Amino acid sequence: MLSSPEILQTRSATPWLKSAAQIGVIGGIITISIALQGMIQAFSSRDVIYQVVTMSQAAILLTFFVMGYVAAMRLPMRAASSSIGAGAVAGFISSAALVLLIGLGNVVNLGNVFVNATPQLYELLTFKLGLPIGSLALLLAGLGLGALAGAILLLPDSPRRAILTTLAWIVGLGVLQDLIRVTFADWGFLESALRFFYASNGLSLVGALVLSVLIPALAILWDKQAPRAQTRIDRLPAPTQRALRWGSLGFGVVILFLLPALLGLYLSEVLDNVGLYLLMGLGLNIVVGFAGLLDLGYVAFFAIGAYVAGVLTSPEFSTGVIPNWWLALPIAVLASGAFGVLLGIPVLKMRGDYLAIVTLGFGEIIRLLALSDFLKPWIGGAQGIQRIAKPDLPFIQISWGPQAFYYLFLAGCLLVIFVSYRLKSSRLGRAWMAVREDEDVAQAMGINLVATKLKAFGMGALFGGLAGAIFATKLESIYPHSFNFLISINVLCLIIIGGMGSIPGVVVGALALVGLPELLREFAEFRFLFYGIALVVMMLTRPEGLIPEARRAMELEEFREEETEQATAS
Amino acid sequence: MLQRLRERIDLTDVLMFLVGGLIVALVVVGSWTTLVEGKYNSRQWFDLILFGVALGGIYALIALGYTLVYGILRMINFAHSEVFMAGPFTAYFLADEIGRSGFLDENPVVGLLMIFILAMAISTVTAVLLERIAYRPLRFAPRLVPLITAIGASFFLQYFFKGLYGPNIKVYPEIAALTGYVQFGEFRIQNIQILVIVAAALMMFGLHLFIQNSRTGKAMRAVAEDKATAALMGINVDRIIVITFTLGGALAGAAGVLYALMFKQVNFMMGFIPGIKAFTAAVLGGIGNVPGAMVGGLFLGIAESVGPSLFLDGLHIPAPYQLKDAIAFTLLVLVLIFRPSGILGEKLAQKKA
Repeated sequence: MLSSPEILQTRSATPWLKSAAQIGVIGGIITISIALQGMIQAFSSRDVIYQVVTMSQAAILLTFFVMGYVAAMRLPMRAASSSIGAGAVAGFISSAALVLLIGLGNVVNLGNVFVNATPQLYELLTFKLGLPIGSLALLLAGLGLGALAGAILLLPDSPRRAILTTLAWIVGLGVLQDLIRVTFADWGFLESALRFFYASNGLSLVGALVLSVLIPALAILWDKQAPRAQTRIDRLPAPTQRALRWGSLGFGVVILFLLPALLGLYLSEVLDNVGLYLLMGLGLNIVVGFAGLLDLGYVAFFAIGAYVAGVLTSPEFSTGVIPNWWLALPIAVLASGAFGVLLGIPVLKMRGDYLAIVTLGFGEIIRLLALSDFLKPWIGGAQGIQRIAKPDLPFIQISWGPQAFYYLFLAGCLLVIFVSYRLKSSRLGRAWMAVREDEDVAQAMGINLVATKLKAFGMGALFGGLAGAIFATKLESIYPHSFNFLISINVLCLIIIGGMGSIPGVVVGALALVGLPELLREFAEFRFLFYGIALVVMMLTRPEGLIPEARRAMELEEFREEETEQATAS
Repeated sequence: MLQRLRERIDLTDVLMFLVGGLIVALVVVGSWTTLVEGKYNSRQWFDLILFGVALGGIYALIALGYTLVYGILRMINFAHSEVFMAGPFTAYFLADEIGRSGFLDENPVVGLLMIFILAMAISTVTAVLLERIAYRPLRFAPRLVPLITAIGASFFLQYFFKGLYGPNIKVYPEIAALTGYVQFGEFRIQNIQILVIVAAALMMFGLHLFIQNSRTGKAMRAVAEDKATAALMGINVDRIIVITFTLGGALAGAAGVLYALMFKQVNFMMGFIPGIKAFTAAVLGGIGNVPGAMVGGLFLGIAESVGPSLFLDGLHIPAPYQLKDAIAFTLLVLVLIFRPSGILGEKLAQKKA
């Protein structure tokens, strides 16, 4: 086994060792952070593979693996020895850092400072094997997994991809066990298949083994068959293709309508949340994505929509004159839109970062006003508004649970998506994009900047108000604390991760950022930590988002070219 | 004639002017009523102003970090509020330890120095790492990209420290030497306020000397003026940027300890509100302008401390202190709308436009 003095001696002889060691140090920082953030304890109760690997172990072991993989990938020339060696070094150093933490923790009480540095943490980290044996096992795991990663990188493309896909699927299936089990609970034959693959907690060992044979086979098959199937579809006559497309679209719509019945109560609640954020995301997408105006106070419009709907329909207020939510809805939406235009006027002349801070200030002012005693007689102060009307329809009795609200959210989202698509390719939409790319040029081309920007703010605010009104009736009561800055950031995150200006991107962003954390309740505690990481990593590596919008990607591409030109010039 | 006038005056400008006028009128009426009614005596006013000066000194120290970075990189370091939080949040554990053992009461100077050094070191490391990891790769990216990165980094840091040290509010120890007050005739000044004001003034004076007189300070000014030319003159721009973040981080760490000593409480969210207010202070004084940040900080601190009693009370708004943050944010919005170049004005604003 390598020990640190040997690394120092051989560093000059083999240059790849230095870079591998650097990756290892980064890996060590990551693993220590995972440990001190409390993820080990939070994830330890869930097994990925029943009684074999817990989720926390999977997180640590995967870090070793990824670090080994990255270290091997960074090699300028890949020989068998250097690839495996670099992987092993990176994995080993990552694990050595953890062992260092465990050792230190056993000598000094770190728990005084770091809340998660408890004896339980060390016990979990050493696989409950006791300090000496456990540490050794950890070191060996780092070394072995790093080397394995380096070795996998040496394989040709097709088997390598099959192995990585399998790994990802097994971890994914293990982590998402609740979702899969709840979804398919009543599905006859699928249920018995599930019982085979899943144990009481995580995948069963046999199931995992079967999967590790099945998935690579399917992956290789897919690699071969997918292009062929695509060409076969392309060769079909045009009417058949169109029929196929409409057919799959229709199928998708039918599924969308059946979802609450298929998924049950809890998942419908999750979908409601996704729908809420999707509504806000699509609204903010108009302001930030289409028009390029970074708005950090978007929650203000959400709050106004909710408060107007609440104040109008709640019997607690003298203004609660409209007992029907459907009548209050257009008023709430329009009020929010009008407010959007009003807020837009003062910030018209600001660009980029100033705009962001001012809108943030506006959002906070709205929340502080809602919270203050000053406006209490009208909007309830810190006690908020209770007994907001439900969206009852004439003639039909509806019990308003998450499943019923799903259809309200679905209707809202479909409407807003439709409007977004129509706006995007309209004259106004093109004007927004022109403003986003270059204000001065846009103005020179005859675009009225004032009107264009105000329409963006107003339109975004309309959607935000709609989300707020639905939110108010769903919860029946609203409090100022529900409208804090975190909501603005949450919405901003999902459109940035999805891809600014891209409507499918917003949908994916909402599903990934709002849906996933609710399904993985262990992650909920670390949600904002991951949001922060996601924002930074996204901006550093893929600023156009997961599903980029074509024009936006082109803009960023131009900047990248300029950057490389500058780099080569200097 | 009327036609030409209509073409020259923007409708939105008129509207904004009316809103501005309305707010000024409200402030004047409110202040007038309060003063006429004579609700507060001179001692209370003195206390409020002094509290404002101390608070303003802290804001100014944080604002310097925003202004220094903006001057050189033309970006708002949104995560600066977390740099401000990192130091005192970490130093709490030292303060708690030496506070409990009695060391802090016996040797307040040495003890406080230790706390300051630790906090400043942690904040500096945070700021420098932030620059290295999150900002440096994006130096040529379009403007929104580093700003979004900064927001992400800010969130990451908040919740990272929450995960490390726990979500609870931690209470800084009482220091015997700082609990008393000094009597001047009918006015009294609390010791802690003296410490805050003196420390802030010393640091700002030191920074001013450093920027104006030292070789590195000169290089910093050159880089702020024109990066490319400065690089041609043999200045290592990367090094200057790191030094800028170091200075901003150290000042923020010190400001954080002063804040923690004054308000006693630290937690992972402590940076958010002071961060925005310090940014307001930086904008007030003219962002990128070092003396401006100091003036802006003082102005904001006093406005926030005196404002609720002075004009909100006069308007008979119940519980005016709830709205002291709203005063700061309103001030921010108004300044950005009416005088984005700040009170002291600034050369950079024109260059940027």
